Amino acid sequence: MPLSLYVATRKGVWIASAAGSRRSFTLTGPSFLGQQCHHVVLDPRDRRTLLCASRQWHLGPTVFRSEDGGATWKEAEAPPRFPTGEPRGRAVDHVFWLTPGHASEPGVWYAGTSPQGLFRSEDGGRSWAPVSGFNDHPDQAAWVGSDKDQTPDGGKLHSVLVDPRDPAHLYLSMSGGGTFESRDRGAGWSPLNLGVAMDFAPPKEDGSEYTYGHDPHCVVLAPSRPDRLWQQNHCGLYRIDRPSDRWVRVGRNMPADVGDIGFPIVVHPRDPDTAWAFPMDGTNDWPRTPPGGRPAVFRTRDAGATWERRAEGFPAGQAWWTVRRQCLVGDTRDPVGLYFGTTSGQVWASDDEGESFRLLFGDLPQIHAISVAESA
Amino acid sequence: MRRVHVPSQLRSYTGGRAEVEADGDTLDAVLLDLDRRFPGFRFRVIDEQDRIRRHILLFVGSERSGELGAALPPGAEVHVIGALSGG
Repeated sequence: MPLSLYVATRKGVWIASAAGSRRSFTLTGPSFLGQQCHHVVLDPRDRRTLLCASRQWHLGPTVFRSEDGGATWKEAEAPPRFPTGEPRGRAVDHVFWLTPGHASEPGVWYAGTSPQGLFRSEDGGRSWAPVSGFNDHPDQAAWVGSDKDQTPDGGKLHSVLVDPRDPAHLYLSMSGGGTFESRDRGAGWSPLNLGVAMDFAPPKEDGSEYTYGHDPHCVVLAPSRPDRLWQQNHCGLYRIDRPSDRWVRVGRNMPADVGDIGFPIVVHPRDPDTAWAFPMDGTNDWPRTPPGGRPAVFRTRDAGATWERRAEGFPAGQAWWTVRRQCLVGDTRDPVGLYFGTTSGQVWASDDEGESFRLLFGDLPQIHAISVAESA
Repeated sequence: MRRVHVPSQLRSYTGGRAEVEADGDTLDAVLLDLDRRFPGFRFRVIDEQDRIRRHILLFVGSERSGELGAALPPGAEVHVIGALSGG
């Protein structure tokens, strides 16, 4: 099967495919040239259907659907939108995140939007309905906070995770707002943020912890141990092992001169103790660029107790791009391949679990997201 | 029927046509009719709370209009325009 990278950029979508080995990728595209595309994801259940979250600069947000691997696209008949006349007056600015539903629920997808909303499709992305249990939860406005609590281009709902053992068990995360869990297919939700720092808020006077309002940047679930989640937060790098409800800051074990600030996190498909992070500079003015202009992936093989720097193939210095939260992904091959995209339009790849990297493509627009899949 | 001028960003809905015709005595009615003729058109222009999207301008004749419910003069043409944005 070919391996495909789906590259969503500020100005369109490109697809890079490798027919055999991962040494040679062929780039096709663009689709949606000139449109902001925030996520393109292949349906792992049929390996053929693609969804694309798109927003033309002037026009409203929508979702496009392809049944032929991206050759042709058709717009959703009912894209994600809040109910007309709803009390808070919310309107979807852009669809930010797409997650295929559980393997036992073909056709089910989840979408996360800006401002923070959760939407569900049961017909393969053709029509979408709000998940009222979340969007209209009596505490949702408090969880989300005000405009001051959001990322620069609006708050985001992202990292929608479906427990591979139970289609009713869901997680989602919000920037800002924190991470939340549902055990009843989205009808009810509880915060899951204990242990996570919130350096942008003063300590509570009663000494208690904030239970929501955090800023997770990316949260992933270990497929080989679904009770383990990894989180790259605005304030550090964390791991949690359920049923514990407390995150552990494994980023404390990163080198002090690198820190544990960043956007993406990837976990190994078969080894829950192995994960990769891409630290960014979170000092003083928060440039969010590789510390010292020297990009490096940091890999743990022991659940975050120690981290190894891996930079073979990267520029030795003067590299100041950013890797955003949806821009570092891994495939499921052995050894695992890693792929990431930068704000300067580069796509990098490793086919040896991060030992070394090489530049695949260097001249795309700013990359918002990459996903990888074995396509039909 | 009145003439509606369609910006380049929306011509994927109109089969590439820069001018189309629609029925309606208000901008809202015209946009609803356009959505019947070209499904999906309205939501790209008007959000789910019936607000004109930030980077969209609507003109009746040469007058900019922000009132979806205001009555349109007989025969007045409607211009849907993508405002200056992007980069």
